[in-house]
Amino acid sequence: MSNVMLEVKDLTTKYITRFGEDIYAVDHVSLKVEDGKSLGIAGESGCGKSTLALSLMGYYFPPLHYTGGEITIDGRNITGMNPDDVRKSVLGTEIAYIPQSAMNALNPTRKIIHFIEDVFEAHNPLATKKEIYDIAKGFFETVGLPAEVLQKYPVELSGGMKQRTVIAISVILSPTVLIADEPSSALDVTSQKMVIKMLRSLMNNGYVKSMIFITHELPLLYNVTDDIMVMYAGQIVEKASAKEAVFDPLHPYSRGLMGSIIVPEEGLRDVRLTAIPGVPPNLKNPPAGCRFAERCLYVRPLCTTHPVRLREIAGGRTYRCILSEEELREAYKNG
Amino acid sequence: MADKRKQVCLKGTGLTKVFGIGRQQTVAVDHVDFEFYEGEIISIVGESGSGKTTLAKMLLGLIGTTEGDIYFQGKKRDISSQKKKKEYWKNIQAIFQDPFSSYNIFNKIDSVLLDCIHMRGGKKLPYAKKLELMTEACGFVNLKFEELTNKYPFELSGGQMQRLMIARIFLLKPKILLADEPTSMIDACSRATILDMLMQLRDEIDMTLIFITHDIGLAYFVSDSVYIMERGIFVERGSADEVILHPKEAYTQRLINDVPKIYEEWDLSTV
Ligand SMILES: Nc1ncnc2c1ncn2[C@@H]1O[C@H](COP(=O)(O)OP(=O)(O)OP(=O)(O)O)[C@@H](O)[C@H]1O
Ligand SMILES: Nc1ncnc2c1ncn2[C@@H]1O[C@H](COP(=O)(O)OP(=O)(O)OP(=O)(O)O)[C@@H](O)[C@H]1O
Ligand SMILES: [Mg+2]
Ligand SMILES: [Mg+2]
Repeated sequence: MSNVMLEVKDLTTKYITRFGEDIYAVDHVSLKVEDGKSLGIAGESGCGKSTLALSLMGYYFPPLHYTGGEITIDGRNITGMNPDDVRKSVLGTEIAYIPQSAMNALNPTRKIIHFIEDVFEAHNPLATKKEIYDIAKGFFETVGLPAEVLQKYPVELSGGMKQRTVIAISVILSPTVLIADEPSSALDVTSQKMVIKMLRSLMNNGYVKSMIFITHELPLLYNVTDDIMVMYAGQIVEKASAKEAVFDPLHPYSRGLMGSIIVPEEGLRDVRLTAIPGVPPNLKNPPAGCRFAERCLYVRPLCTTHPVRLREIAGGRTYRCILSEEELREAYKNG
Repeated sequence: MADKRKQVCLKGTGLTKVFGIGRQQTVAVDHVDFEFYEGEIISIVGESGSGKTTLAKMLLGLIGTTEGDIYFQGKKRDISSQKKKKEYWKNIQAIFQDPFSSYNIFNKIDSVLLDCIHMRGGKKLPYAKKLELMTEACGFVNLKFEELTNKYPFELSGGQMQRLMIARIFLLKPKILLADEPTSMIDACSRATILDMLMQLRDEIDMTLIFITHDIGLAYFVSDSVYIMERGIFVERGSADEVILHPKEAYTQRLINDVPKIYEEWDLSTV
C-alpha cells in the first residue's frame, strides 16, 4: 500500500455554460496528499476551489466536464470513471465530501439518525437499524457529540452543533480523504474552534486518513493543515508548508492574501488594509501570460505575453512566477 | 468616533422580539436601547443565536416588534401601509450574508439594477441615461456592465454577486445600510476591497453603516462604535478601542480570545 492517499496530475476541467462557452475553472492542477497529512486550499472567491473539489473526486455531472489529467485515490486510478459509479463506490467510503453550506441543505423533516441510515444503505445495505444506531451512538460519543443528537431534527441543533454533526455523518465510514469546503465560515468564533478541534482529532485518531480543507480564512488553515496551496484564476500559484505560506509567501498574490488578514490587535486600525486592486480575469478567455499580471505590483513586460510555469525550489515549494526566488525577495525588500 | 454634533439617525427604545408562545417561547431580542448617528459605523457582534439578525429584521421592518419603538430621523417610524414601507426602504437598505438568497432567480441582472433606478424615481429617464447610471454603478465595484447584461444572478461567482449588491446600494444611496455578515463567504482580500467600497460610499453620501458580524477583527477595523450582543441583550457597548482592546465582560473576552491566531498558539482546550 502506498503512502500517498490522493494524487492528482495535471487535472483540467471546464464548465460548459448554456451559451456554449467553455470556462476552465481548474487548469492543470497537480497535488498529492499523504497518509496523516492535510492540505489547505485558499484563494479568492471564484478561483475554482469548489470546482477542484468536485473534479478531483471524479464528480463530473453537467455543466462540469473532464478534459485531462489523472486521479489516483489510495493507489486506485479513478480517471475516466463514470460519475454514477463514483457516486456509488468512491463517495462516502474513499472520499467524504462536505460541500459548502452543507449544513443548511439537510432535509429539515428527517432526524439525524436517518441521514446515517442513508449512508449505510448506500454502502452497507445489510446493516440493521439497530446495528446502525449502535455504531452511530458509539461514533458520536467518541467524537464528543451527545448521542441524543441522533434523535433530533436539523432545526433543533445550533449552527456549530449542526456542522459538527454533518462532519460526523460524513466520516462515519472512515474515509481515505475528507474534503471539507468552507466547513466553518458561517459559524461564530467559538463554534469554529470546536469544528477545528474535531477535525484535528479525527485526523489524529486515524478516523480520517487525509484531509483537504478549503477556506478563505487563512488563520484557520494555518491552524489545521500541514501544507497550503493558493489558487488564482483556476491555477495553482503557490504550494508550501503552512508556515511558509503564511509567514513567508513567495508569490505576489499569496503575499497580498496574507497582507489582508485582519485581527483584533492594537494598532491595526491605523494601518490600511492592503486590498489588491482589480479583479481576477474572466475564465472564459484568460490572458495568454501570467493570469495575475494585470494586478501585480512587480509586473515585467514579459509577464503579459508569456505563459508562466510552476517552479520548484528547495524544500519542495512551488510557485508560479517568472521571477526567481532571489529576485522576488529583493523586490519585496524594496517594498 | 460617533460625532455627537451629528443627528441621531436611528433610535430604538426597549426593542423586544419574542418568537413562539407558551413553553416554546424564545426572547430573541430583549429590551435593547440604542442611538445610531448619521455617518456612524456601528458593529453588532455576538455569537450565533444571540439575536443579531432578528434585530436587523426589526430595524428593516421585515418583521414586527413585540415591544418597544423605533425612531427614524427623530420621528417614530411609521410603516403601517405598503406605501409608507416603500418610502422607508428608500432610506434603509440591507446586504445579507448569502448573496444568492438576495436575488430573485428569475430576474436578469439588468432588471436588478433598473429596479434601483426606478426606486429612486428614475423611471421616466431615457434608457441611455439609465445605461450610464448602471455602467457607473458597476464600475464603482469593479464589474463590467457589458459582461453582466442579460445574465441571471446565479451565473455569477459569489464574489461577483457580493459586488453586485454593493452596486445596488450605490444606485439606491440609502441613509442607512445594514450589512448582515456581508463578507463571511469571501476571502480576506476581496473582503478588504468590499470594505473599502463601503467606507468610500459612507464618505460620499454620509450613510450610517451597521455591520452585523461574528468577525471581531472586522468590527475593530471598521467601526466607530461596537455593541456586543448576548442572548438578546447588549452586554457591552462603546468605542471600538474601549470594547475590543479593553473588554469588561467575560463574554466579550471569550469572543476575542476565540479568534483564530497565527502569531501565537491557538488554544483549543477552551472549547
Ligand atoms: N455551474 C456553473 N456554470 C458555469 N460556471 C460556473 C459554474 N459553477 C461555477 N462556475 C464558475 O467557475 C469558476 C470557479 O467557481 P468555484 O465555485 O469553483 O469557485 P470557488 O473558488 O469555490 O469560489 P467561492 O470561494 O466563492 O466558493 C467561477 O468563475 C464560477 O463563475
Ligand atoms: N422565525 C423564527 N421563529 C422562531 N425562533 C426564531 C426565529 N428566528 C430566530 N429565532 C430564534 O431567535 C434567536 C436569535 O436568532 P438570530 O437569527 O437573530 O441570531 P443571530 O445572532 O443572527 O445568529 P447567527 O449568528 O447564527 O446568524 C435564536 O434562538 C433563534 O433560534
Ligand atoms: Mg466554493
Ligand atoms: Mg444571523
